[in-house]
Amino acid sequence: MDKLDSELLYKIADLHGIPEGSYNIRKDGKSLARSSDSDIEITSRKDGKEGIDIFVRPGVKNKSAHIPVILTQGGLLDVVYNDFYIGKDADVTIIAGCGIHNDTCGEARHDGVHTFHLEEGSTVRYIERHYGEGNPEGKKEFTPVTRVFMKKGSTLIMEATQLGGVTNTDRLTTASVGKNARLIIKEKLMTSGDERAVSRFRVKLIGENSSVDVVSRSVARDRSYQAFISDVIGKNRCFGHVECDGILLDEARIVSTPKIDAVSPEASLVHEAAVGKIAGEQLIKLMTLGLTEKEAEDTIIKGFLY
Amino acid sequence: MIELKNICYSVTDEHSGKTNVILEDINLTFPDNSINVITGQNGSGKSTLIKLISGIETPTGGSILYNGEDITGKSITERAKMGFTTAFQNPIRFKGITVRKLLDIASDHNNNLAGLCDYLSVVGLCARDYIDREMNDSLSGGELKRIELAMAMAKNGGVFLLDEPEAGIDLWSFDSLTKLFTRLSGKTVLIVSHQRKIIDIADNIVLLDKSGAPVVGKREEMLPRINENRNVCSVIEGENANG
Repeated sequence: MDKLDSELLYKIADLHGIPEGSYNIRKDGKSLARSSDSDIEITSRKDGKEGIDIFVRPGVKNKSAHIPVILTQGGLLDVVYNDFYIGKDADVTIIAGCGIHNDTCGEARHDGVHTFHLEEGSTVRYIERHYGEGNPEGKKEFTPVTRVFMKKGSTLIMEATQLGGVTNTDRLTTASVGKNARLIIKEKLMTSGDERAVSRFRVKLIGENSSVDVVSRSVARDRSYQAFISDVIGKNRCFGHVECDGILLDEARIVSTPKIDAVSPEASLVHEAAVGKIAGEQLIKLMTLGLTEKEAEDTIIKGFLY
Repeated sequence: MIELKNICYSVTDEHSGKTNVILEDINLTFPDNSINVITGQNGSGKSTLIKLISGIETPTGGSILYNGEDITGKSITERAKMGFTTAFQNPIRFKGITVRKLLDIASDHNNNLAGLCDYLSVVGLCARDYIDREMNDSLSGGELKRIELAMAMAKNGGVFLLDEPEAGIDLWSFDSLTKLFTRLSGKTVLIVSHQRKIIDIADNIVLLDKSGAPVVGKREEMLPRINENRNVCSVIEGENANG
């Protein structure tokens, strides 16, 4: 692992080196390092596809697994399939994410297809961070797919963050939420230049008392484009809340498309969306506290996203 | 000392082109070490006056002097750094910005719990319950208003511009609010208010009137005048106030 690798790992996973516990570090399409134990076992897939299977033993508590991916070459398309099997009543944190350093003018792209199977009563905190850097002419692209199957009483908290340098993202998250299960998604997104980011959420609330809470906060600068598309289907007595807040700067554009479908008359589904420039009164308030207009704008954006 | 010299402020309707004069040829002096309550009917320009002094609005005529220096062209930020502290009538909400962060910005340093407690306890709030909360709609109107005042206390400075500080204050007594003003002794304090209990602590009262020049005087001189003036009495909220 060289200095560049270490810096990328720090940016996407706060790692200062090799993490403790189970991990799989993937670099340029190959596994760079792996460790696994009986609580969280990581194995290569057996179906011939690139990727890993992660098995979390039932009842395991307060354990974490790091599975970061780094790409340091242009002209590389890395497609990986990772499946997570979370045992009954386990409670773990999984830190994923991908950093691309592309010094070429070509394209570097990572497509991560992650499938979560949560057994009854299990809890997962899933943290995913995407980051790009290098030659501004070189493309850094992500097409992450996250599929979630949640059994009775399980909880998934997904925190997806992308704060710069990614030319193009097209994210798809689908979930099937069982009885008394809770899905919480927090998305934070910032685009600039000519970047483009699309987030799609498709959630089926199947079980009684299932719930989903999606909160997306984004900032679009320059000429960048973002689209937020959510589709929540309530098939039982359930609760769904989707909130999309976007701050527009310069010539940027944000499109928010909500769909809520109460198949069951017992379903309660809410969608809230607000897109616009920073409110002038917010800038003025911070300026009356002594900040310049630029400092006030930075403070508002930082507070909004972090 | 703040001096307003021949201040005019008018707005022009973009569609009709019609000009609405809000303040015309206003001359006022606010001495050091004084509490000045600005009162008057709705639409008489009270809040506008505060916005002109804090730099949020620019007068269409006249000048504003602070300790003899013409500050009419100075920005909001410049005036804030000179010691002008403004508490808004309607507190501003910020998604993602905590009460702690706002108090740190206001005081221009990172505070420890004891420091934050000092600012919040004077407005009747317990720091532990509030510092990590976002300044957003999860707080009630009364809580937001009190935090707005706590920010003003944290910001400090020589001039306090408080626009209806009592508005929306819930479950908190007026006595506590007026006690808060006693912490501002030695400052130049301008308070826009209709509340009798606040008017009662004023050194000077400015009565703005749409139809004429403002009437200014010491509290004891002005009180009979306010009581006599039915138009003004109708907007003074008195004995039935909270606390």
